[in-house]
Amino acid sequence: MYLFKYVLKRIGLMLMTLFIIVGMCFFLVKLLPSTDLPQHGQDMEIVLRRRELLGYNKPILEQFYRFLKYAFQGNFGVGETYKMGTEVWTVFTNRLPYTITLNLITIIFSIPVGLLLGIYAALKKNKWQDHLISTSVMVVVSVPSFIYAFLIQYLLYFKLGIASAVADTSQGAFSWTFIKSVYPAILAMSFGTIAGFARYTRAELTEVLTSEFMLLARTKGLTRAQATVRHALRNSMVPIFPMILGEFVSIMSGSLIIEQLFTIPGVGQLYIGAINAQPTPDYNYFMLLTVFYTFIGLAAGIVIDISYGFIDPRIRMGAR
Amino acid sequence: MMKKELDYMNIPEEKFRLANADEHIHDKKLDTKPIGYLHDAFNRFSKNKASVAAGIIIGILVLYAIVGPFMVNQRYVDAYETDTSIINYKELRPKLAFLEGTGFWDGSKIVEVSETTYNMYLAKEQESGHNVVEEVLDTITIKDDFGRQSTVYRLRIDTYYGIKTMMQTLTTAQYKELQDWQDEHGIQVILPQVAGDVVTSLPDVWYESDAKGKPIFDADGAFQYNYLTSGSDDYYSVMRLEADPYNQGDEAGCWRYAKRTGKADTGYNYVVRVDPYNYFIYRHGFEPCFTFGTDSRGFDIFSRLASGARLSFLLAIFVSAINLTIGAFYGAIEGYYGGAVDMVMERISDILSGVPFMVVTVLFKLHLASKVGMMGSLLFAFVLTGWIGMASSVRMQFYRFKNQEYVLSARTLGARDFRIMFKHIFPNSLGTLITGCVLVIPGVIFSETSLSYLGIINLSSRTTSSIGSMLAQGQAVMTTSPHVVLFPAIFIGLLEISFNLFGNGLRDAFNPSLRGSED
Repeated sequence: MYLFKYVLKRIGLMLMTLFIIVGMCFFLVKLLPSTDLPQHGQDMEIVLRRRELLGYNKPILEQFYRFLKYAFQGNFGVGETYKMGTEVWTVFTNRLPYTITLNLITIIFSIPVGLLLGIYAALKKNKWQDHLISTSVMVVVSVPSFIYAFLIQYLLYFKLGIASAVADTSQGAFSWTFIKSVYPAILAMSFGTIAGFARYTRAELTEVLTSEFMLLARTKGLTRAQATVRHALRNSMVPIFPMILGEFVSIMSGSLIIEQLFTIPGVGQLYIGAINAQPTPDYNYFMLLTVFYTFIGLAAGIVIDISYGFIDPRIRMGAR
Repeated sequence: MMKKELDYMNIPEEKFRLANADEHIHDKKLDTKPIGYLHDAFNRFSKNKASVAAGIIIGILVLYAIVGPFMVNQRYVDAYETDTSIINYKELRPKLAFLEGTGFWDGSKIVEVSETTYNMYLAKEQESGHNVVEEVLDTITIKDDFGRQSTVYRLRIDTYYGIKTMMQTLTTAQYKELQDWQDEHGIQVILPQVAGDVVTSLPDVWYESDAKGKPIFDADGAFQYNYLTSGSDDYYSVMRLEADPYNQGDEAGCWRYAKRTGKADTGYNYVVRVDPYNYFIYRHGFEPCFTFGTDSRGFDIFSRLASGARLSFLLAIFVSAINLTIGAFYGAIEGYYGGAVDMVMERISDILSGVPFMVVTVLFKLHLASKVGMMGSLLFAFVLTGWIGMASSVRMQFYRFKNQEYVLSARTLGARDFRIMFKHIFPNSLGTLITGCVLVIPGVIFSETSLSYLGIINLSSRTTSSIGSMLAQGQAVMTTSPHVVLFPAIFIGLLEISFNLFGNGLRDAFNPSLRGSED
């Protein structure tokens, strides 16, 4: 029961945090000077009238109320400087599947690989296999993802010519054509995830392997393999499993750099486009994506925290 | 028998003797030196070979960032702003003077060109004496769909000599200056004008050619001169090509070295054809030789990368120092007072840490960039959420130590809160803080690079640069000139790896109880 209460409390706190952050961003955006300059071919009166109707001249709290009211109905306005006239929410939901597909395949592919590498390295601790894995993991974790994205692009596309330059979106996001056309991007994203999981798994497993209950398990007659699988692996999964869940929650957020580099029409690219729009960033897109990214970040945190309680009976979340 | 020998109860007195009868016994000073916390950490750190190596590499990179910007001819850097001819020197390959002719790092590249271009290179050699083609690797004859044969040459050419011949428009004063310089240094910069209309489009084709652009060779297989022999050029320099009829005394039929335009009363302008290599020496005072080559705008990569790195380092160090200060105070107050104070302050940092970094950056850029500059707004953005990690580690240390006996005794002796916090408890968290500070630096540099790569912030101009924008620029020309993106990429990769190694070494050194969970 206390777990249920705890979850409720966390969700409540999260919503409050989200509300405050969105509020702050909203006010900060509204504080920016208006960009209504008389431009060629634009009737200033129409612009001002439109702004009036959109509620730009109302008190800021009322504007915020309106923003929230419409946001709950999935209406975040239309693009003003970026993709002018398009409905922000529609464009966003069109982009989301591409990012999800990309990230989903990446983690489905890279988490097992990362875990296996980590387990292997831990079992071969301080042998050459471990040194090889640990060193390459260290290099991959340190080097920014766009560096090996460059490498992959250069090798696969320019030198070997076996990858396509742009994402093929003709069949939609959940299609083989799309996946096939973006495999360099999946590869580039996988490196970091694989290395992260391998490193974490190795660290956890080596620690568990040296603990006393492992000695006991061997003493009572289990073979090394039995002891490792039944006792060490299970225990080392306690901090790793929440990490995997967190990964799954954040599949929606997408990588700004990879999407930009491989021209994938995902959420990250939308965000960059909205920010870099001229003459000013597109605030409607910006607000929606701010809400989105903040929500994803907070939700991932909650899922990770709560899953600790489920996976490990020793951890009693929220208990006094 | 044994019992008698071991009769300890009755040992005769004369059997006892004072051990140190002849010397006084005092408390001796310890022979060993005391090892402090920092000293101990240093000892442990220096045992970690990889981290020490990483530290040395960081030292080299920092040194490069400090002295690198000065290691290029300053006149060349100053010319970025005004000299439009610099674009002609774009994408020159990396060159080290002592590797000349080895095919590696000597400014050469391998190209596949048509016969026309190949002839153009050969003609360049004949005209200027610079060896453009270093090696013919392969000739391939291909047939097109109409059955016509053509030859493709695979060459290794020197990119420095292979720059296209330039046409420059000079004022009278500049023209005179250039001629005087020629005479003074004995270097031929101005080349004769080419006869005919071809000039404007292809200043490289100075030789007799047929309608298809194929050169017409003379009996010896050399290119035949097709230079302008009429018109006024006001050329008085003694430097002339060897085959110039002027040298045989034919002053009327000599080659013309400029085309004069404009009127006498407003001052003449001269269109001259210049040898790009020698013109570079004239303009900038040194022979072009760029260690890392030039980028797609003709800027020297070596010095621009160094100044970009300097910017990144400065930003990172500032961020790190500010984060440390804020984090230490915030965490100390949170941890020391606990209770309601802690609750409220934790909520504040919770909320701040929930704001995505990209959002913070954009908002700060929009609000502050016009007031404190791009760099300042970026600094604020990094600081706004950056200190939270630092604060939480300090807070943890305070929770651990605030109820220990020595703190209690300090309080009993009447020490004030502030003194207890920063004199007694704070030093315990020094190790974690130093490690945190070092690990902040690669994080900041990485974020700054990504942001400027994505174009969200722009720290680059003609005179300043940032690594991210160099990467973005290099990526655009990756197919033709991979070196433009290569050097910034190597730099950032090396930097991140060595900082992480160094930071991990520090963490282990400061925390001996960590085992298995590191690296």
